[in-house]
Amino acid sequence: MHRIRFIAQKEFYHILRDFRSLIIVIIMPVMMIFLYGYAINMDIENVSLAIVDFDHSVESQQLTERFFASPYFSPGENEVDMSDPEQLLRSGQVAAILAIPPGFSAALARGEDFELGMMVDGTDASLASAVQAFSNSVLSNFLMDRLPPNFDIPGVTLSQQVLYNPDLKSSHFLVPGLVAVILMMISALMTSMTIAREKETGTMEQLLTTPVKPREILIGKLLPYVVIAFVDGILVLIFARLVFGVPFVGSQLLLLGFGLIYVTTALSIGILISSLVDTLQEATLLAQVATLLPAVMLSGFIFALKNMPFVLQAISYIVPARYFVVIIRGIMLKGAGLEVLIPQAGALVLLMVILMTVAAAKFKTRVV
Amino acid sequence: MPYLVADSLSRKYGHNLALDDFSLSVNKGELFALLGPDGAGKTTMIRVLCRLLDPDSGSVTINGLDLQQRYDDIKPILGYMPQQFSLYPDLSVEENMTFYAGMYGVTGQAYRDKRDQLYQFSKLGPFAKRRASALSGGMKQKLALSCALIHNPRMLILDEPTTGVDPLSRRQFWETLLQLKSQGVTILVSTPYMDEVARCDRAAFIFGGRKLAEDRPAQLAAAFQGSIFYIDREPTSQLLNQIMSIDGLTTARFGAGMHLYLAPDDSLDPYLNALSQLGLNSSDINPIAPSLEDRFIQLMESPT
Amino acid sequence: MNDSTHNSGSAVLINNLTRHFGDFTAVDHISLKVDYGEIFGFLGANGAGKTTAIRMLCGLLMPSGGSGEVAGYDIYKQAESIKKHIGYMSQKFSLYPDLTGRENLTFYGAAYNLRPADLSDRIHELTERLELGEFINQLSGKLPIGWRQRLALAAAILHRPRILFLDEPTGGVDPVFRRRFWSILYDLADSGVAVFVTTHYMDEAEYCGRISIMHHGSIIEQGRPFDLKRQHGTDSLDDLFINLILSQEATRA
Repeated sequence: MHRIRFIAQKEFYHILRDFRSLIIVIIMPVMMIFLYGYAINMDIENVSLAIVDFDHSVESQQLTERFFASPYFSPGENEVDMSDPEQLLRSGQVAAILAIPPGFSAALARGEDFELGMMVDGTDASLASAVQAFSNSVLSNFLMDRLPPNFDIPGVTLSQQVLYNPDLKSSHFLVPGLVAVILMMISALMTSMTIAREKETGTMEQLLTTPVKPREILIGKLLPYVVIAFVDGILVLIFARLVFGVPFVGSQLLLLGFGLIYVTTALSIGILISSLVDTLQEATLLAQVATLLPAVMLSGFIFALKNMPFVLQAISYIVPARYFVVIIRGIMLKGAGLEVLIPQAGALVLLMVILMTVAAAKFKTRVV
Repeated sequence: MPYLVADSLSRKYGHNLALDDFSLSVNKGELFALLGPDGAGKTTMIRVLCRLLDPDSGSVTINGLDLQQRYDDIKPILGYMPQQFSLYPDLSVEENMTFYAGMYGVTGQAYRDKRDQLYQFSKLGPFAKRRASALSGGMKQKLALSCALIHNPRMLILDEPTTGVDPLSRRQFWETLLQLKSQGVTILVSTPYMDEVARCDRAAFIFGGRKLAEDRPAQLAAAFQGSIFYIDREPTSQLLNQIMSIDGLTTARFGAGMHLYLAPDDSLDPYLNALSQLGLNSSDINPIAPSLEDRFIQLMESPT
Repeated sequence: MNDSTHNSGSAVLINNLTRHFGDFTAVDHISLKVDYGEIFGFLGANGAGKTTAIRMLCGLLMPSGGSGEVAGYDIYKQAESIKKHIGYMSQKFSLYPDLTGRENLTFYGAAYNLRPADLSDRIHELTERLELGEFINQLSGKLPIGWRQRLALAAAILHRPRILFLDEPTGGVDPVFRRRFWSILYDLADSGVAVFVTTHYMDEAEYCGRISIMHHGSIIEQGRPFDLKRQHGTDSLDDLFINLILSQEATRA
């Protein structure tokens, strides 16, 4: 076991002495969360909306006021030429037109189903879907306020997003997921290079003739990076809290504990890659391919897993980010505790053990 | 008594036979050289001997232990210095030594004693804190040797340790190898440089993955068939052609003069007359001892 | 085989050439004369000042003092003209491994501004002369080292330089290849090219017509290998070199 200590110590020297890489490894995640946090922000503000009121009732007036009282919408053109209502959308004067047909107030009074018409400018797909979601939410808030508590509104369903993100800030929902994605990428990248580098510089050749065991090399190389990735994780979390104001409902200590498990699992991916490839170039490429796409697509970070084809869902079980997205959202937004998240943590530990075992088995003790 | 025995090793790379039925036996306490140009198969051979490559066929034993089955028992008695500088450039001299010592479980006082002993030979003590990347070629090579010796191996295998090192450092390096030999260490060293082989007990010529010859260095060169003379005269192409036209003589320009080759059992006397007509007197034509290179070329061209 | 027009002057003629780097004198008043058609070996240990001297001769580095002419051009004022008339082959393989020999030569020809028609004639000529044969159409990275070296030589003499600088041209090459390579160099020299070889391998030095040995920035010995060995009573240039350096060290201490 003492050899693991020597390997880890040496690896630490490498990390500390390659000052530029160290800075990149520290700065990059923070930069990424900053850039992506803003880039994939799905919030809308002051989208210009035209409301055409054919009902001319108190209720239709209240609904109109409700829309414009929200920060999401501002009044656009009110004079709509009904022979060509789309003209306003085409010219870009408004992003959406809401039509309140006659009979709205009557239907409300009787509690009947009723359909409001809405046209949305779909050129910006994400804006359009946001407009749809936000106008739904304004409408359901309006309806709920009018009804006694616990009264079911037929045909209105609330998405999970709205449930745990009451002020409808997409960043609260997205940034924790982003933390998971970024940590997976950067961790795997860091370790993927360590063994490939020794192969390229030829030091591996000498190392292989010493009595050191592959598993000792792998664990020794993993350990120092756990520290670096953990520091990265803390920095990214602080940043998420300060810049994006993501709430932190649950236990910080618990999140740090799970975070430690998560980065170790993510680092193990890099270790496995590193023991499979022979050059730095292959290592970095494979690390990116193996982490970026799966972490973004198959972690539930943006796209709900339950709507995916079976095959993709099955693959998602080997993506560590999938488990950590649940953990981090659970702890930060819902205040979930250990008892709820144990299965996720267990899955991460299992993955880590499998990755490291395969890495040790695949580790080449011969030169090519 | 043989310490390292390689028995009919073969190894293919694609269609290329890097090792072709190569057998080798190095005696205990012997300094043995594997001599051949780049691409002859030296590195493949050495990697097979250190189990960094598996041969397609053949076997290796070191100290009577089978390399494939008893590698874990062989590792502690084997020191290896690869061709490429294989230490960590961003670690200091001392950190490199500490690390390799750690790999062999040499720690504490045992390590400090060994380190100080190695500093005595390498004179690297004053540079203990210097990064390996900032060392000169000769110093790097001494550090690499120190790391290969940190666990007191009984067998040392070195792959082209002197490539890229200047003559003075090369000379010192060979002195060190001789010292190690006198301490009973068995040494196998590969080199492309013929002049280094003179200091070895025995050497093998390797080319195209095959062993062309194996003997004591003096015997290797003396096995040259024929004789060589140096003609101390400006080697104009006219003169070279004139000599070549004399039946039984071959010549080649060599530096500022020419080499003259005679077949075995031939002597210079019958040609002196013809040569003097070209203005070459016997005082211009001096016999020289065939070099290892001459013999090597002969073997490459007609391997018998 | 007439590669360059003969010139009445010397290929290299330097006098008291000196170069300082701060307090350090890398090259200390060296004087040399190398004629066209000569193969000159420039010997010295690492750090002896060989590289600095060569860089000054190639017009890549300004001397601190002394005078010099290379190919008849002044090393201070006519560095660009010098560069046109010299060829350089480094010990490191300077060709692109993922291009064929022919592609490499075409690229270098373009770099030297050879006209396409001349270039293809020249490539053909060198292919014959260096016996490159089919190897010219193979990826140069996959060639055996001896052929790569010939290809590198072809690239270095493509533009018909009058002086050829070679850095350890045959280190590690097999002896048969090495002898053939040197016989090509002898042919080049016969055609009037000055061949300037830097090396610290004495077996390469044996092939040179004349050698100089540099140590601590100065030239400490110069002459024909055969004569030098006789003068110093040794039959090995290696011993000669080491004894010279050790005795220099002793006088310095």
